[in-house]
Amino acid sequence: MLIELGHFALALALLVAVVQGTLPLIGAHRRNTAWMAVAEPAAIVQALLCGFAFATLMHAYIVSDFSVIGVANNSHTAKPLLYKITGVWGNHEGSMVLWITVLSLFGAAVALFGTNLPRSLKARTLGIQGLIGLGFLAFILFTSNPFLRLNPAPAQGNGLNPLLQDPGLAFHPPMLYLGYVGFSVAFSFAAAALLEGRVDSAWARWVRPWTLAAWMFLTLGIGLGSWWAYYELGWGGWWFWDPVENASFIPWLTGTALLHSAIVVERREALKSWTILLAIVTFSLSLLGTFLVRSGILTSVHAFAADPARGVFVLILLAIAIGGSLTLYAVRAPAVDGGGVFSPISREGGLLINNLLLTTAATTVLLGTLYPLIADAFELGKLSVGAPYFNAVFVPLMVPLVILTGIGPLLAWKRGDLNGAFQRLKAAAAIAVLALLATVVLNGGDIVNIAAGGGMALAAWLIAAALTEWLYRVRGTDGISWQRIVNLPRSAYGMTLAHIGMAVLIIGVTGSTAWKEEHIESLKPGEYIEAAGYRVTFVTAKEVRGPNYVALQGEYTVTRNGELVTTLRPEKRNFSQPVQQTTEAAIHTTGLADLYTVIGDADAANTAFVTRVFYEPFVPCLWYGVLLMGLGGLVSLSDRRHRIGAARRIAAGSAALQPAE
Amino acid sequence: MKRILSILAALPIFAALLISISAFAVEPDERLNDPAAEARAREVSKALRCVVCQNETIDDSNAELARDMRLLVRERIKAGDTNDQVLAYMVQRYGDFVLLKPRMTGETLVLWFGPFLVLIVGGFIVMRRLRKPAPAAAPEALSMEDAKALQEITNTDDGTQKDSAP
Amino acid sequence: MVIPLIIVAALLAVFGKRLADVSGGDDPRVVPTVLLNTPFPAMDLAALPGREFGGLSTADLKGQVSLVNVWGSWCVACMVEHPTLVALNREKLVPIHGIAWRDKPEASLAWLAKNGDPYARVGQDPRSSAAIALGVTGAPETFVVDAEGVIRYKHIGPITPEVWKTKLAPLIAQLRK
Repeated sequence: MLIELGHFALALALLVAVVQGTLPLIGAHRRNTAWMAVAEPAAIVQALLCGFAFATLMHAYIVSDFSVIGVANNSHTAKPLLYKITGVWGNHEGSMVLWITVLSLFGAAVALFGTNLPRSLKARTLGIQGLIGLGFLAFILFTSNPFLRLNPAPAQGNGLNPLLQDPGLAFHPPMLYLGYVGFSVAFSFAAAALLEGRVDSAWARWVRPWTLAAWMFLTLGIGLGSWWAYYELGWGGWWFWDPVENASFIPWLTGTALLHSAIVVERREALKSWTILLAIVTFSLSLLGTFLVRSGILTSVHAFAADPARGVFVLILLAIAIGGSLTLYAVRAPAVDGGGVFSPISREGGLLINNLLLTTAATTVLLGTLYPLIADAFELGKLSVGAPYFNAVFVPLMVPLVILTGIGPLLAWKRGDLNGAFQRLKAAAAIAVLALLATVVLNGGDIVNIAAGGGMALAAWLIAAALTEWLYRVRGTDGISWQRIVNLPRSAYGMTLAHIGMAVLIIGVTGSTAWKEEHIESLKPGEYIEAAGYRVTFVTAKEVRGPNYVALQGEYTVTRNGELVTTLRPEKRNFSQPVQQTTEAAIHTTGLADLYTVIGDADAANTAFVTRVFYEPFVPCLWYGVLLMGLGGLVSLSDRRHRIGAARRIAAGSAALQPAE
Repeated sequence: MKRILSILAALPIFAALLISISAFAVEPDERLNDPAAEARAREVSKALRCVVCQNETIDDSNAELARDMRLLVRERIKAGDTNDQVLAYMVQRYGDFVLLKPRMTGETLVLWFGPFLVLIVGGFIVMRRLRKPAPAAAPEALSMEDAKALQEITNTDDGTQKDSAP
Repeated sequence: MVIPLIIVAALLAVFGKRLADVSGGDDPRVVPTVLLNTPFPAMDLAALPGREFGGLSTADLKGQVSLVNVWGSWCVACMVEHPTLVALNREKLVPIHGIAWRDKPEASLAWLAKNGDPYARVGQDPRSSAAIALGVTGAPETFVVDAEGVIRYKHIGPITPEVWKTKLAPLIAQLRK
């Protein structure tokens, strides 16, 4: 019964989306306030309906109602409660309901918190948001309905892929969707601004918090996915340049560019049409990422039951959403262009180059991801584009970007002083050189270590430069004042944190790439593997039982210089429903490096077990870096200027801020 | 099978990696005794695609065919082939599909030079923008409402021009 | 300002074409062979013990048009095509040679005893050396080899009566001329 109500709620949401997608837009066009006013209640009702539908679906999963097709196909009574819940989005149909729920929540958030938005801009933004909702509600109801019943209901469900029964992956999709879908707000704002024919600093200020929030969620979502791959897939890799990974990374790159270009609009009213374009493109790429993999044409689709009807629907949706918004852009963008004048050497100039590099990087990843498909279409032959391509093309683009990230914040708006910036960055440059030398001296001067030294130098440069910038902002003629430290806007701290996060991430990437150690041996009890000063001794292996699996658990003692460090118990789990094996690596972390152990098959005599020991230096830095970037986003988001409709006046003390010209 | 497929369909990330990961890549008994030759074998293996998997190298893959391909790579190396010769041997049988780093050919020109083209064209546009800023758009009259809104927002500014951050 | 629109339109057109291709049966996973019109790679595979005909070597393929079928007792899809192969053999339409890929000889023999043995020669390929030489990506795959021992076609997936009638039979007839 409840599930029918959920189904009905979603159908109703479709009708509300029709209203939300039409009346406010027409009203804004005709300056009819009554029609415009429909937008807010419609957006809120929309969120309530979608939220209710999602809740009913979740309920069906929790109580294991196998008369619902999705539940029967993807759940099982023996599954732990957490994974019953996360199983809701562990399949195509359910994940679409999550998607639309998040979309409607963002719409409602704009309706509720956008209290100081001009009426017509708000009506148009919510109207566009309604249209997006309309498209995807139709997609769910007509091609991917999760509320259908199964008659007769089976006594037991088919279970969820064991790989998904994992905390890291359980929350990875919602986080990712919050990011993807969050960019819909920037998209709607951009389309609305084009309809309004006006883009100004106020517009940028309204858009920025939404973009920032979406960016933060996407950052954390990608990080979670990477973390999961690292500990679950059993070979200690954390990024594979797989099409599905790339699909989330491309909008992250353009989203990052958008975040930076919106600052220029906000500050200087320059780069306006470019920023609008980035907002449109970022969400378009999110759509592409979410849906291309469901259409059956990318090779990654290997993993999908390709449904041509679904594919056609997706293509039409993409054509309408992306084509429509870009047509609007082509027609209206010339009217919003223009703005502040600036010299090449200026903050704006720096941000423009940042945008150039980020968009080129995004294009590169997109090109590499789609190239096999393009080659298919033009019959250029079958080819593969894998990690070696991406590493070869992507890394060279990041190097200048990181160097620039150190310099840019020290340049003044309009006209910067490059020499002055260099003067201030002398120390940072010296630290970078030291990092390079130290790396080479400590590890040797072969090509791997020189490259690694370069990576470490970049990271050191970025951290030192970010701290230098902060230092100059809090230091007056009278030295560093506590008041200046406190009064520095949160958004400034956000930037510093995010940039340092980037640097920490680079340390992780560099260290784990250059110095990872792999050891594989077949071990009998008492035998050991030595890695990076640790001795990992195999003690025994036994069978253990989990709620829905039986596992082979190995016991290994880890010693260093004869002293016991820890005992590691990696598992190889055999799930029965569905039948699948997973590896559970056991990881000992020092906070700067991981010792990663995996147990494999036994030999014929069942005495020796294949054991893998990986020493993964600096891998934890990857997660710290992602967290720091996310934290930077959060801190920046809490800046009073971004608190919508808040803080009318600010304490006089902030005037003490010293511009870093 | 179809059920597993539909489970995977929902995963926005890593769906492709989920296929058959229960066993492991390189097993102890596969390795060559000569560490240098083994290192070369690993390097070659990392450049070859597991043809029955998605976007996995034969070095990472646990598919049986991948294992046999790894063994073959080692056999060829033991027989005195250079890395390029081993790769060529595989390409001769599987085509360019087996290479994870596409060769630079007429078919892949766009792939290899596309990024540089984007950078150059983009750079050109940026240069032009920096040299000759577009004329400012004619300011529109603000509606009362907008003017008020703008006022409120600018009031919340903290008076510095230096505090924008991502 | 129209450039983004043009790029996206082109991209969507590519997607549309691929979507049409894929729903028209062009599986993006299928990798066509690069060995077309090249001599069948050199191999000399051991026989399954106790079978009447011997193992398979490249020389055996000279003299008449034949099919070389890569299969295994572990392969579910091979079971699907097997009745078709048995029928082809019964009607003596074309000699079919088998490559028992990654299989134990006992398992192969048991499977053939149970499901019928349509093969002329069968060679064992326990470590994929033949399969890799042939660029095989899965089972079943079937090669059409002409009288000079040159590969003329590769069929990926099970052979159905439909595939035989529309693809293989006409090709073989043409090769025999």
